[in-house]
Amino acid sequence: MKRFGANTANDDVSLKVMPGEIHALLGENGAGKSTLVKILYGALQPNEGEILWKGQPVVIGSPAEARALGIGMVFQHFSLFEALTVAENIALALPKDADRRGLSATIARVSRDYGLPLDPTSRIADLSVGERQRVEIVRCLLQNPQLVIMDEPTSVLTPQEADQLFETLKRLASEGCAILYISHRLEEVRAICHHATIMRRAKVVAETDPTTETVGTLARLMVGNEVDAVTRTKGVPGAPRLTLAGLDMPALGAFGVPLRAIDLEVRAGEIVAIAGVAGNGQSELFDAVSGERTGRDGAVVIDGRPVGHQGVNERRRLGAAFVPEERLGHGAVPALKLSENVVLTRHGTGEGIASGGFTRFGLAGRIVEAVTKRFDVRKGPADPEARALSGGNLQKFVVGREVDRTPGVLVVAQPTWGVDAGAAAVIRQALIDLARSGSAVLVISQDLDEIFEIADRIAVISRGHLSVPKAAEAMTREEIGLLMAGGAEKR
Amino acid sequence: MLEAIILTVITAATPLLLAAIGELVVERSGVLNLGVEGMMVMGAVCGFAGTLTFGTPFAGIIAGALAGMAVSLLFGFATLTLVANQVASGLALTLFGLGLAGLIGEGFVGTPGLKLPALFIPGLTDLPVVGRILFGQDVLVYLSFALVAGVSWFLFRTRAGLVLRAVGDNHGSAHALGYSVVKVRYLAVLFGGACAGLGGAYLSIAYTPLWVESMTAGRGWIALALVVFASWRPGRLVVGAYLFGAVTILQLHAQPLGLGVPSQFLSMLPYLATVVVLVLISGNRRATRFNTPACLGTPFVPDR
Repeated sequence: MKRFGANTANDDVSLKVMPGEIHALLGENGAGKSTLVKILYGALQPNEGEILWKGQPVVIGSPAEARALGIGMVFQHFSLFEALTVAENIALALPKDADRRGLSATIARVSRDYGLPLDPTSRIADLSVGERQRVEIVRCLLQNPQLVIMDEPTSVLTPQEADQLFETLKRLASEGCAILYISHRLEEVRAICHHATIMRRAKVVAETDPTTETVGTLARLMVGNEVDAVTRTKGVPGAPRLTLAGLDMPALGAFGVPLRAIDLEVRAGEIVAIAGVAGNGQSELFDAVSGERTGRDGAVVIDGRPVGHQGVNERRRLGAAFVPEERLGHGAVPALKLSENVVLTRHGTGEGIASGGFTRFGLAGRIVEAVTKRFDVRKGPADPEARALSGGNLQKFVVGREVDRTPGVLVVAQPTWGVDAGAAAVIRQALIDLARSGSAVLVISQDLDEIFEIADRIAVISRGHLSVPKAAEAMTREEIGLLMAGGAEKR
Repeated sequence: MLEAIILTVITAATPLLLAAIGELVVERSGVLNLGVEGMMVMGAVCGFAGTLTFGTPFAGIIAGALAGMAVSLLFGFATLTLVANQVASGLALTLFGLGLAGLIGEGFVGTPGLKLPALFIPGLTDLPVVGRILFGQDVLVYLSFALVAGVSWFLFRTRAGLVLRAVGDNHGSAHALGYSVVKVRYLAVLFGGACAGLGGAYLSIAYTPLWVESMTAGRGWIALALVVFASWRPGRLVVGAYLFGAVTILQLHAQPLGLGVPSQFLSMLPYLATVVVLVLISGNRRATRFNTPACLGTPFVPDR
């Protein structure tokens, strides 16, 4: 049991993982999975209860003690040191007396054995996300773990990279290693896990064999009630409202991605989704469309008006709205109230929030109320600071704030990133309804399930190239996977 | 003439090198201590007082290092334990050090001090030209080079150095791996304090064996600039410190020669050089990224 102040994050949780088993831990955001994992890895101490390791009660006081016991962890947000080499990163996680001279050879051998090719001398900053995860896994394997904890390992991988990871996991399990696998993705849990423990609101609500369940039954166990299915009516696309024509943008900084000759048309009434693995130019594309970076005038056209070298406010005034990926710090100012955050995206749109140098906070407050009601934003006080909201609730607010304007063009990055299934359905439905009311919606997302659920047409971005968008019905996951891996460049 | 110039360049460069090598270690651990000037001036006054009290400059060296450590501990407590803003705390440390040193040194103004003796090896030191330069320096000059070599070896060859770089690059990950970020940073800050104290003591024991209020005269700020100039590489610090030392001395020698260049312009040169170097190194983002401590100046608060 673990309590944080008045909140109980883990309440009388029992979990048993057997050797050679891939055990899934399922639950929505905030269900208590991360807390449980942190306790197992020694980063947090339980208030009550005990941990039995190979039948013996143990106290895991620190991550180092966990590693000494044989518990390894692959983190969701990588815990790598970007300025250091692969070998140095791995050395840091090994015990003090480990042999550093032979390390490079050991890394090369283990990475080859498990099909995870790595060069020990390369710097982390130069590696792709998939390669970084390999470093994490190899680092974990070198400690000869008997239990490996993986926190959402596939959320950053292409489908092909994920398949490769599953092979590695199956091989590990066949050697007798236990694997605790945390994921939102029910399909892959069904495909590779032998056993599943499902948590909801800090409690274990079910234990099951995922291979005998369907995605639907697993989702019901996680959420506790039927998730409203998103209803998608067939839309009739009208005239183009957002057009990108030969959009080029040089890379910004050493790790930026240049945009190369991007052509795209988003018509009234449709949702176009851009799939791709993180870091392939999505943020650059968002900046170029939103006007955070400007360029040639004709490269971006909104409702027939070339706006390529106009800024964010000019584009908003033409009826466009933008929801960036990073909600805290980019989509909302953490220390400002929600109403003040409303003013920040509406002050220049001519809706009367700001006029004559004065701000009408009453109106902003009413907008907060309307968004709160429509998107079920849960918050304590009526108008709290943005940072006081949980990630999912803030996401609902940030998306809701723009949808509430009924913009003619909506560009949204990762619309449901980090929100639970119920709220995700609300947001997706809102995007569909907005499109059907005659707006053009461009969604940049890494979640293929989401893309297939809402998109009318799908394009894939890879290293700054955008593939030709195709009707969603004509696209398969395999095709998208190939395009993600660079197929978009060969056209 | 040339020999004399080189000898004075060495004395001008040594205090900069001593203070900068300490600050380099501090910054590599992710802490920005802008209080170098304050720590140096405390080292200078305590070095001077230690020398007079115990009658030997070697006592002064130890006193200077201890004084630097003592004030750096204040900075460490404020920024690491209380997680105060590092920039503000560092600036406060400089002002505090200058004031406190003036107070302590009140009675020493005008008192003649003892000069740190230079090494003398019969035969070697008598060699023409190179003898005095290579074998006729005082112990702190040799120590400054030993420190650069030692820090370089420590940072890039030892496990503890790897941990220190890791803490400076990503303190969250270092914490997740079970390293004590705060402990590593305390040790780095103390080392930085000791080095700045030595640099200050060099001024009042070897450079000019006197105590004058605020005698560091901005050298702490130059040391800070040097760390950036060297892009956090110990080897380049030597180049930078001697370049700064050389320009300082050149400016003194240039004045009587009547070059027609205002001395203010010459004293400006080292700073201009720093700006140029910063522009040049920022052109190579990749190399900069690998050497710049990513967590520099960001406070660390561990999870519950």
